[in-house]
Amino acid sequence: MHKEAAIREPLILGHKTYHDITEDVCRPIEDKAPKTWYILFGIALVIGLYGVGCILYLLGTGVGVWGLNKTIGWAWDITNFVWWVGIGHAGTLISAVLLLFRQKWRMAINRSAEAMTIFAVFMAGLFPLIHMGRLWLGYWVLPIPNQFGSLWVNFNSPLLWDVFAISTYLSVSLVFWYIGLIPDFATIRDRAKKPVAKKMYSILSFGWSGRAKHWNRFELVSLVLAGLATPLVFSVHSIVSFDFATSVIPGWHTTIFPPYFVAGAVFSGFAMVQTLMLIMRKAMGLEAYIHKKHVEYMNIVIMVTGSIVGTAYITELFISWYSGVEYEAYAFINRATGPYWWAYFAMMTCNVVSPQLMWFKKLRRSLLFTFIISIVVNIGMWFERYVIIVTSLHRDYLPSSWSMHFPTHIDIGVYVGTIGLFFVFFLLFARFFPVLALNEVKSILKSSGESYKNAPDAHHDEPTPTPVVEAASPVVEEKVEEKVIEAVKKGTKKKLSDEEIQSKTYELIAKIGDAGSALDDLKVISGVGPVLEKKLNSIGICSYDQVSKISKEEYDLLDQLTGSFPGRAERDDWAGQAKELMNKPKS
Amino acid sequence: MADKVIYAMYDDDDVLKDGAKMLVSKGVKVTDVYSPFPIHGIDPIIGIKNTRLGIMSFVYGLIGLTLATYGMWFFMIDDWPMNIGGKPSFSYKENFLSFMPITFEFTVLCAAHGMAITYLIVNKTLPGMPAQNPDPRTTDDKFVMEFRMSDNTSMTESELVDLLKKTGMTELDQKDI
Repeated sequence: MHKEAAIREPLILGHKTYHDITEDVCRPIEDKAPKTWYILFGIALVIGLYGVGCILYLLGTGVGVWGLNKTIGWAWDITNFVWWVGIGHAGTLISAVLLLFRQKWRMAINRSAEAMTIFAVFMAGLFPLIHMGRLWLGYWVLPIPNQFGSLWVNFNSPLLWDVFAISTYLSVSLVFWYIGLIPDFATIRDRAKKPVAKKMYSILSFGWSGRAKHWNRFELVSLVLAGLATPLVFSVHSIVSFDFATSVIPGWHTTIFPPYFVAGAVFSGFAMVQTLMLIMRKAMGLEAYIHKKHVEYMNIVIMVTGSIVGTAYITELFISWYSGVEYEAYAFINRATGPYWWAYFAMMTCNVVSPQLMWFKKLRRSLLFTFIISIVVNIGMWFERYVIIVTSLHRDYLPSSWSMHFPTHIDIGVYVGTIGLFFVFFLLFARFFPVLALNEVKSILKSSGESYKNAPDAHHDEPTPTPVVEAASPVVEEKVEEKVIEAVKKGTKKKLSDEEIQSKTYELIAKIGDAGSALDDLKVISGVGPVLEKKLNSIGICSYDQVSKISKEEYDLLDQLTGSFPGRAERDDWAGQAKELMNKPKS
Repeated sequence: MADKVIYAMYDDDDVLKDGAKMLVSKGVKVTDVYSPFPIHGIDPIIGIKNTRLGIMSFVYGLIGLTLATYGMWFFMIDDWPMNIGGKPSFSYKENFLSFMPITFEFTVLCAAHGMAITYLIVNKTLPGMPAQNPDPRTTDDKFVMEFRMSDNTSMTESELVDLLKKTGMTELDQKDI
């Protein structure tokens, strides 16, 4: 088993066992859905249906119901398409690229991020399809023999590349996601009580057994799929950028587009993941698995990709002047100072300035701040595409055809409708699917779980029998490790001599009083697991009454005595919790 | 043929792994291990060979690459060469760059799907298949080692159970098949 440095923050908080993880993830699926779920689902469904209505109206009437005109042939439709595709980048990036880099923190978020990816790509794919106007002729993008003789589709066209790129990306992401889901469906299947649920999950889980050979294959398939999906992630948005970059429109035909689009896509994708995760962890009680450290990691990705995007904006601006092509230069001057200056300003503020705030550790670890920034980035990235598409088109080579774009209510309806549909899918996912990759999270519990990490002796959490055969890692190695951990924690945790422990225990008990005959269940206090409870009992703390009397000074004493995760007790406010528990009527 | 299967259940993956090591060193053949997540390092202990699905994926990728190359040569060069702005469209070589993106996508498509389908088939995990794990708890937090008496002809059942008791197992179950 891989060992992880003790100074690395644990990825799974609290004292979880394998069974706890199963419980925590399956509970929202097995319980009745809360009222808020129904309310949110209802709202999303209404908005989504409105969007479907708008699309049907569009199909029945023609693309003319959008605010497009002769000069501005692409506007909200393609803006929304690129925006959704961009959002769809984070999921596979998290599960594929981070898998190749062996980033364990991905395991808490990859499942739902991938779900987000798939639903976002659904929404993205919708726009080019309805933009065709005659949806029923959509199969014309495929190279199939047709009634026009052997006239094939044009394989030189980036628009056709896009068809292949997006559909490959969607189907490979879907397969990758589903292969990971199979073992977790099996977990739900084996727990299901209701016959219908049992039947459904047993179909979905494909009869998964969890034998060693299957896991061996599973891991290889995940790895190879990750290896295949990684270049795919980069290719998709590169190809989306070719839609623009291979044209001869000033403001579009820049060679910087592919890398800059990819960075932008990752940037916006992570922002959407943050938006969804921050709500989901709260709503589904997954705070122990998706916490500040995960948010911080994602914010760092946002900061880095945001900086790349910012650099690209400025490079583009510089090159438009440096190239000496006046059309090119005008396109960029017009973006910043023309009638669409406000869109440019929104894009610059949201995408260049806001991610730079993530340099402050305090800010990137703040959940509220992250949530706000994630929304800001989502808005900014929509405006980026709007700026690129509409502002580049609206003043073409012929001033007499200069025009402005005004969205119609159908434009708005279709866009808002896709957001509604997206949430319909996502809410269904959160209700019926395991939102955490159960099997993956379990596999990192011992290396990155708090109870295993911060108390090196807590390996005996479960009644581990003495192994008959000497384990591969000899005792010597463990000793060294312990010393390293000790050195790391120097200052916060010193080894105490027996007398010191004795005197400190007396001191502590003197302050908070004797337990008497009370023997309360201390595990109810969040932050106390079975191991810690035993320790507390051995010190002489057995009742809520005692815990409630703990104040700052005693917390320090307690930390020294228990030696587990300094400051934790105080942060969790054990005293406050204990007070509440005392006041609760005995059931 | 009548056979007896013994299932030993464990609470912890490391205990199971150490137990398996001990048993194998005593000459016991562990038929299978069921676990809720991959136990790293168990395969060489119980003698499971690495899967060759990776090679299969490469083969599927090659098939995809060949198909895409052939297809594009046929569509764009042989069957109906398009005249785009008067640029020559007479050989695959000259047009190669613009065929790259789709060739790549199609290669990935075939490699990924081919491997995924093969994986499901060789695993015999397909929609609607019945669950094969011996105990429903093995997908939650329990780990099970399976022994077949036909694989372990050198010892009697009670000898095996005695050995198992030393490995820290929590439950024992057996079944005739």
